[in-house]
Amino acid sequence: MNLLSALTPAATRHRVLLSIAVLALFPLLMPFHALAINILLFGLFGAGYNLTFGYTGKLSFGHAAFYGTGAYGCGILIATHQVPWPVAIAVGMALGGLVALLIGALAIRTRGIYFAMVTLALAQCVYFAAFHATSLTGGDNGLRGVNLPALQLGSWRLDLLQPLNRYYFMLGFVAVAIWVLSRILNSPFGAVLEAIRENEQRARASGFDVERTKLLSFVISGLFCGLAGALSAINLATVGIDMLSYHTSGQVMMVTLLGGMGTFFGPFIGAGTFLAMEHALTAVTERWQLIVGLMFIGLVLFFPKGIWGSLLARIDR
Amino acid sequence: MEITASLLLQQLFVGLALGAIYVLVAVGLSLIFGLLGVVNFAHGAFYMLGAYVAVYVYGLTGSFWACLLLVPLAVGLLGLLAERWLIRPLYGRGVDYPLLLTFGLAYVLVDSVRMVWGVQGEAFATPEALRGAVDVGFGVFPLYRLFLIGLCAGLLLALWLFIEKTRLGLIIRAGARDPLVLKVLGIDVGRIWLLIFGLGTALAGLAGLLAAPLRGVNPEMGGSVLIEAFVITVIGGMGSLVGAIVAGLLVGVVVAMTTLFQPEFAELAIFALMAAVLILRPNGLFGKS
Repeated sequence: MNLLSALTPAATRHRVLLSIAVLALFPLLMPFHALAINILLFGLFGAGYNLTFGYTGKLSFGHAAFYGTGAYGCGILIATHQVPWPVAIAVGMALGGLVALLIGALAIRTRGIYFAMVTLALAQCVYFAAFHATSLTGGDNGLRGVNLPALQLGSWRLDLLQPLNRYYFMLGFVAVAIWVLSRILNSPFGAVLEAIRENEQRARASGFDVERTKLLSFVISGLFCGLAGALSAINLATVGIDMLSYHTSGQVMMVTLLGGMGTFFGPFIGAGTFLAMEHALTAVTERWQLIVGLMFIGLVLFFPKGIWGSLLARIDR
Repeated sequence: MEITASLLLQQLFVGLALGAIYVLVAVGLSLIFGLLGVVNFAHGAFYMLGAYVAVYVYGLTGSFWACLLLVPLAVGLLGLLAERWLIRPLYGRGVDYPLLLTFGLAYVLVDSVRMVWGVQGEAFATPEALRGAVDVGFGVFPLYRLFLIGLCAGLLLALWLFIEKTRLGLIIRAGARDPLVLKVLGIDVGRIWLLIFGLGTALAGLAGLLAAPLRGVNPEMGGSVLIEAFVITVIGGMGSLVGAIVAGLLVGVVVAMTTLFQPEFAELAIFALMAAVLILRPNGLFGKS
């Protein structure tokens, strides 16, 4: 334990490099590559959500809206307009941020627990809008044909249908994203976010514009979630309406809570645990939702720090 | 389709009946929040449970009136158990934890119902005595919806009398304002909170039973109602009972009217209403700033 606690400051300093190294080794140790990609992308979604939930201390129930619009934005551009993929991903990401700005502008006006209810209701509004806009989104049937079979750079060609190639293609984006995230958290802005989480009144009294900071963190979180959605659209080659449903918001909340809210690598641990369990258990039982519910209850009652959070607290002691 | 005054009146009436169900759900939600500070994400699941308990009791007794008595009792009892064993350990740990816990509880309840009754849903017939329509002077209205509105009004009156006129009601009002003072006066606040949670969930169960003949019974019926109840509490003002009543009826009427004119916008209309209220009055129509 002493050795471990001596190592933690160094590990924290190099958390981006360590995280990327772990994620780069992950598919080599894990036989199901398709699942590994899902874990990577849902981990990114969780990391984005964690900025609002874990670091700013705001329980949002609306993050499916950013993830889903990111996916639809990117998916529609690739599937129906044959737009080059870098543009499509950038647009998907921007859409996630834009929806976060719209929802945030309304929800941040409300205090405390209102926030969860208002974000849920507004995200549901986005869900219904996408559901009814059949010509654009495919409605209940979902959007098909988000195909990106290969990358072509001059004569060099990378086959993306090969799962390991696809994983490392996605990891490129995720690596940049977690580097940016770490920079944000280490910046004075990141410190203000944690100050708001710890005590909103005190942060206000210290002269920070709490509302603007919260909105900005919400929008940045939306950008990360939009990116995760856009990459998922390419990964799955389809976008389903369930990406926008509040079950998705519940899932990302679960992943963040399971891994450890407010920890840097926690969401990836949470995504890995959650999706691996889902993969294994849905094969043997139809009662997956029951298990998810029991996990929620158990985590809240007995294990609120999550896996990674509890581990870190242990090492710190 | 020609829009006539009588059609509008009919639809207004449909909206009020729908609103009466919303009011029962939202009042329970608001009571629980006002006293316990807990946003009950399982409220929709208790509503759904009410409908399923009704299916079960109706199957046993064949009497709608037995359902009317037993459903709130059964669902309220389950609410008492949930408060005592799941939510009570979380008091003092911040508002987010009970919310997350009840969210998980909703999953457990919904999936348990699927396990027992299956996923396909059940039909629930309008009770024989309440079928047909009656002429009330200015129009002919379905009897069941009239009964629904009347029952809801009666219940709200009883609730108002209970809170305003009884000693227990006085304690509840004091508890909503300052639980610490109640503790100092030697009153067991935990028992009051337990009671309120049971009462709120019983109202949700009753609403599920009353909605069953109109909207059918299925495991997912609670999800949309929960979100509609949230919209109502945001519009009416969190923790305000008058707000829950006014906003509940308003949302019912708005849903019914948009269904008449533009069915595909019915779901979106209430969110637009909520957004407008948030911009103009961030604390809701009857909320304290």
